[in-house]
Amino acid sequence: MPDLLIELFSEEIPARMQARAAADLKRLVTDGLVEAGLTYASAGAFATPRRLALAVEGLSAASKAQREERKGPRTDAPAQAIEGFLRSTGLTLEQLERRAEKKGEAFFAVIERPGRPAAEIVAEVLDEVIRDFPWPKSMRWGGGSLRWVRPLHSILCILTDEAGAEVVPLTVEHLVAGDTTRGHRFMAPDALRVTSFDDYAAKLRAAKVMLDAAERAEAIRNEAAQMAFARGWEIVADDGLLAEVAGLLEWPVPLMGAIEARFLDLPPEVLRTSMKEHQKFFSARNPKTGRIEGFVTVANIEAADGGEAILAGNRRVLAARLSDAAFFWENDLREAKAGMGAWAEAQKHVTFHAKLGSEADRIERIATLARELAPAVGADPDEAGQAARVAKLDLRSGMVGEFPELQGVMGRYYAQAAGLPEAVADAARDHYAPRGPEEPVPTAPVSVAVALADKLDTLTGFWWFDEKPTGSKDPFALRRAALGVIRLVLSSGSRLPLKRVIVSQLGSVFGQAQMRGFDAQLSQLDPLPEDLAEEARLRIEGRMVPVDPDSGIQGLGREEMRGEAVANDLLAFLHDRLKVHLREQGIRHDVIDAVLALPGNDDLVAVVARATALSDMLKTPDGENLVQGLRRAENILVQAEEKDGVEYSFGPEPKLAQTDEERALFAALDAAEPAIARAIKAEDFPAAMSAIAALRAPIDAFFEAVQVNTDNQVVRRNRLNLLHRIRAAGQGIADFSRLEG
Amino acid sequence: MTSPGREDRPRCFQDVILRLQAHWAASGCAILQPYDMEVGAGTFHPATTLRSLGPRHWAAAYVQPSRRPTDGRYGENPNRLQHYYQYQVIIKPSPPDLQELYLDSLRAIGLDPLRHDIRFVEDDWESPTLGAWGLGWEVWCDGMEVSQFTYFQQVGGHDCHPVSGELTYGLERLAMYVLGVEHVMDMPFNDPDAPIPLTYGDVFRDAERQYSRWNFEVADTDMLLQHFRDAEAECARILAAPLEDAAGRAIPMPLPAYDQAIKASHLFNLLDARGVISVTERQAYIGRVRALTKACADAWVAAEGAAA
Repeated sequence: MPDLLIELFSEEIPARMQARAAADLKRLVTDGLVEAGLTYASAGAFATPRRLALAVEGLSAASKAQREERKGPRTDAPAQAIEGFLRSTGLTLEQLERRAEKKGEAFFAVIERPGRPAAEIVAEVLDEVIRDFPWPKSMRWGGGSLRWVRPLHSILCILTDEAGAEVVPLTVEHLVAGDTTRGHRFMAPDALRVTSFDDYAAKLRAAKVMLDAAERAEAIRNEAAQMAFARGWEIVADDGLLAEVAGLLEWPVPLMGAIEARFLDLPPEVLRTSMKEHQKFFSARNPKTGRIEGFVTVANIEAADGGEAILAGNRRVLAARLSDAAFFWENDLREAKAGMGAWAEAQKHVTFHAKLGSEADRIERIATLARELAPAVGADPDEAGQAARVAKLDLRSGMVGEFPELQGVMGRYYAQAAGLPEAVADAARDHYAPRGPEEPVPTAPVSVAVALADKLDTLTGFWWFDEKPTGSKDPFALRRAALGVIRLVLSSGSRLPLKRVIVSQLGSVFGQAQMRGFDAQLSQLDPLPEDLAEEARLRIEGRMVPVDPDSGIQGLGREEMRGEAVANDLLAFLHDRLKVHLREQGIRHDVIDAVLALPGNDDLVAVVARATALSDMLKTPDGENLVQGLRRAENILVQAEEKDGVEYSFGPEPKLAQTDEERALFAALDAAEPAIARAIKAEDFPAAMSAIAALRAPIDAFFEAVQVNTDNQVVRRNRLNLLHRIRAAGQGIADFSRLEG
Repeated sequence: MTSPGREDRPRCFQDVILRLQAHWAASGCAILQPYDMEVGAGTFHPATTLRSLGPRHWAAAYVQPSRRPTDGRYGENPNRLQHYYQYQVIIKPSPPDLQELYLDSLRAIGLDPLRHDIRFVEDDWESPTLGAWGLGWEVWCDGMEVSQFTYFQQVGGHDCHPVSGELTYGLERLAMYVLGVEHVMDMPFNDPDAPIPLTYGDVFRDAERQYSRWNFEVADTDMLLQHFRDAEAECARILAAPLEDAAGRAIPMPLPAYDQAIKASHLFNLLDARGVISVTERQAYIGRVRALTKACADAWVAAEGAAA
């Protein structure tokens, strides 16, 4: 059983592609080998910046011989059919066998495939894998036509057994497979001849190459932690950065330095981001001061001077970068203290979306909505409006221009510097949240108001212009915005009539777009002769009736109908997202449907409270049986109503009750109905559920003892009307007919 | 090649340039002189853009003064200039040892990869105005980007075949690092022991101040806009001219046409620095410049094809 070793040696592979490439190499090669009839015991793949390697152990030395029999056409079939069979089998007429079959004589092809040596199969498979490798981006180089992620320099491909190693004969374009590789680019650049995977890994290690990315990452993590510990610092964990850095070198040598004192007052987020993005440094925190005071850079060489020159160089570069950051910080602070007017002005000239106007237009809509939402989330409307107006100003600052990922974080600092209330500053930082399904949701009322307004404006805007997510395409992250709305509403317990909010915001979106349209038309009048331009101007201005935000949909005029439909569609989208959200919390979709069927379903807090209570009740034995009883009542009632063509909704008469069970049900309903009504009014849904669950026993007993459809029509009608009381009692709680099972 | 010791480091800006010139001359490149037009980067030189297209082999290296009006800081910022130098190497087809040739050039200017941490960090290059892209790296030395290293895949919308390898060094930044200078204006330009020692500031401080003011405040935007339109029109007119001249000789003119595209590109940069181009217009202007370079590239490829 030979072992196979493959190495594809190239110029530097992007760090982000290495892990995936190693996995692809393993999958494609082993799949190819197995498909060609070989078996193997185990396989492992590795990547460094300059090589992809694959070790396959216990490969079969050859594929087994295969014999395949295929039945062809009858011997008296038309010539064309026989020719087709010859083509598909690759045999000649003489090579076919004739066998007697029940329906006459037929041709048979017996195809013998002799076993093939592993080397031949490996060469074939690897050739194809190299030519069709699934790099996210690949390139050509020199005069060749081969594609690889960067120029491919050599192919090592050997099979090793007890007798020794043998190079697999393979030539891909100008590259001839061999048994040599090279060590570290600078520390051990000479060629190495290898005979097996163990030999390869050992020789590479001696040549300053750590083959395994996980080992490189661990080495960096451990050494950095030790160096930090020695200074009383701790490394700020960053797994993404660690993986990236491990993909940028073959021999990690961490070096630690201190940040110059003049930069220590920069916000810690700025220090971390600048060091990470520009230089791929890890940040070291001093737990005593809570500040970022040091950095770890990871070199790829063991320099004779112990890394002194490297560290000095990195420190210089860092100082230049942080000087830039300090420059932005100081300039931005100056603008912030001056009230951020220049940034507000600049927003007018930044297009948010061709159909949705400028950033300033958008901020205007968000601010109006934030004010409107404020009372419902417990925020001061003036503060919410102010927060919405400043929340995105930092997008125009120098620092966020340089580091877009600091949006919000800087906004908070600048709002503080402008002397704005803490709640407003916090909203600048937190209004983007939640940024993902697992990310935290803000709780401060002003932040909640702005966060909600931001997301609802985005949703209504794109819904109005029919740019909804489809399938996997969601370029404006509208699903995330919808989930954000849901989580914000639920976690803050905000009682919002979402439908009305959406309709009103659609009014803002539409009204603004219309005004922009008029402005654009007016601006085109200039080249016209004066009298014509004047006439056109009057006509356009006559149509410029601003939308009254309070009257919302009425302002939409002939767009009114569409506005209503769009609002319903967006609400349905939110309901869908809510179902997904609740399902993850263990609430069945039919339970949510039963609740959503009731009026007032745009009050998500009430919907969830009801659905949770209903879901809990359904898990009790009473609940299960109650649903059966309600369904039975409903079925009997519907059948009777269909048959008789009337609705049985008159008050049943207790005096007409014939049995104890009927009387007991009357009594139970007399008790339950006001209890349910009280509980619903108080929004105490668990109490409403207990109240209706109390009907379970009397309903069961009733159906057990009483025949509803008796011959006595008076008694029958009375019983049907009694069933109606059951139905009515349930209707206040949920549409039980939507429950499954 | 042996690594120079510490004492063998360059002592001034021009020494860095001269060593690079000597290295690439020894590596077989034609040492060209700068293109005599205002460009934003060495890539704009027709020796790179146009020469990277078509089948003819090519190897050239040159210094290219480059202008980026928006980067002007009146000579006060230690690292930013509106006029600076790039060193550009272009070899077609890219030789298999291009990385080694490049590393030798770093050794030649005193950066020993056994003492300094040299890294090839992914950087996909794309020039929207040239309709060009390639794959490669930014090369880091001790955490600082010192060069761009690119294998051209497409220029002016045409696939490159063979592929050119392109190297771009930011000369001031690189030299400041090698010479250990903190502020560009303090960098020795000629030998510091020369009878008349000159710093970078002695040579360029006034220019940076004056051009910064002109770029940001004074340049006549209406005139620049008119020039932009003129260059655009002239480029189209040249390319639309009949293939044959008055004497009946077939002389296509992609080179003069491309000069107009370079002009338009620089005028756009000036307009940008004056802040008169809005975000939406920006894309439109870039598209217009790209249309010009694309048309020139088309004409070049056609001419190369006819010549081959």
